[in-house]
Amino acid sequence: MSDKLADWTKGEAAIVYQSCGSCGAKQYFRRGFCAACGAVDLIEQRASGEGTVYATSLVCRAATPETRAHVPYNIVLVDTAEGFRMMAHGENDLAIGDVVTARFVQFAGRCVPYFAKASRRDKKECWR
Amino acid sequence: MSYITGVGLTSFGKHEGSSSLDLMSQAASLALDDAGLKRGEIDGILCGYSTVSPHIMLATVFAEHFGIRPSYAHAVQVGGATGLAMTMLAHTLVEAGVVRHVLVVAGENRLTGQSRDASIQALAQVGHPDYEVPLGPTIPAYYGLVASRYMHEYGVTQADLAEFAVLMRRHALSHPGAQFREPITVADVMASKPVALPLKLLDCCPVSDGGAAFIVSREPTTEARVRIRGCAQAHTHQHVTAAPRLSELGAEIAIAKAKSAACVAISDVRYAAVYDSFTITLAMLLEDLGLAGRGEAAARVRSGHFSADGEMPLNTHGGLLSYGHCGVGGAMAHLVEAHLQMTGRAGKRQVRDASLALLHGDGGVLSSHVSMFLEQAR
Repeated sequence: MSDKLADWTKGEAAIVYQSCGSCGAKQYFRRGFCAACGAVDLIEQRASGEGTVYATSLVCRAATPETRAHVPYNIVLVDTAEGFRMMAHGENDLAIGDVVTARFVQFAGRCVPYFAKASRRDKKECWR
Repeated sequence: MSYITGVGLTSFGKHEGSSSLDLMSQAASLALDDAGLKRGEIDGILCGYSTVSPHIMLATVFAEHFGIRPSYAHAVQVGGATGLAMTMLAHTLVEAGVVRHVLVVAGENRLTGQSRDASIQALAQVGHPDYEVPLGPTIPAYYGLVASRYMHEYGVTQADLAEFAVLMRRHALSHPGAQFREPITVADVMASKPVALPLKLLDCCPVSDGGAAFIVSREPTTEARVRIRGCAQAHTHQHVTAAPRLSELGAEIAIAKAKSAACVAISDVRYAAVYDSFTITLAMLLEDLGLAGRGEAAARVRSGHFSADGEMPLNTHGGLLSYGHCGVGGAMAHLVEAHLQMTGRAGKRQVRDASLALLHGDGGVLSSHVSMFLEQAR
């Protein structure tokens, strides 16, 4: 297995996923093996932060004082350009199918991924 | 072959001063009386979990407390699917000749035993500890995500979902044990406080105190003859991030296997008992199970199809949405009500024909599914 890359779950402003060197499957939840085929030759990579909104839910009632300070906040599932799905925060008006780009924000004392609608400039940049 | 020989259900709502063990004991006593059995005749115990009083050996804690020395006992944890998963296991144990009478029991003082925040927080932990929980989702948010996608793919609206809350409330009106017995309208649901959009307060089941129990036996012990005809499970994922597409969820897998195990078709079903933690859960499950076409369940609610006097009476006690949700016991109330209907004991809620019932439970975020058919045996 390649070196472990730090990601937002470790406080680093990055989204990291694993690709299986044997079957090519992509997985987001880090493991020491491929959940599709069991192989251990995984390659860890940083994701581009680009994707498409799969689902959204605007949380208006939070359960802890730390999270309550942020309501309403939008929990989104994003299908990334790399082919895995992830949960993150997003702009409150995101709709399913929106093309989005990630940045990182502070939420309840943690660094979390936050998706916003991809601007024209962003799109141009990803063509280069 | 196995029979549900007795059922017991407390009222749901506030049971100030009652512990989880108290509520389990109340329900267990009712079930024993209903089956005409004594404590000493119970040789198996399966119990759910308590988020208020977690214990690594709840079944033996309960057995000692209740005064039973079973030859088989342990707890089962499959979230909202626990009640039916325990029933399936009890059925399997009885059929295999391991035990004669299994007491299936659960109860929790979830409403008065802890704060609502603590309850919401405890349940949110079904999310992934590293990749989901730090984002501050709640159980309604996990289901809100699923709801947004389902509404997007099948053209279901918030007003459609509201119909299920109204139906469950209407059914609860005629059950004295229900937590909520004030009539509500679609407009009330639409105007209720946003929780995790598209889900609003009245789209969500409440937190309740309560207990439920039943006995699964090799032979009938009374006139009641309700037989477990067949059942099956499916588990496709734990976390909503890892859920398959909507067309590949576990309910469809479980019901297909259960139909084949029981040799029945959906057209044979006369009564439905379906898990309804949120309005979206009920809408999706009805459609996944084949009790309504895709995107058509709400129209069937409006036409009276799922009413007590309709073609497919559904959760006539009011379901989790209005009878209440005390954890594992919450979904067990669906089975208790089905049993009362099948034995002609549902009083003013009695439906014309409940000769074959379909029960379905869901745990996690549509993660774990159990489908089961019960029939009136002659």
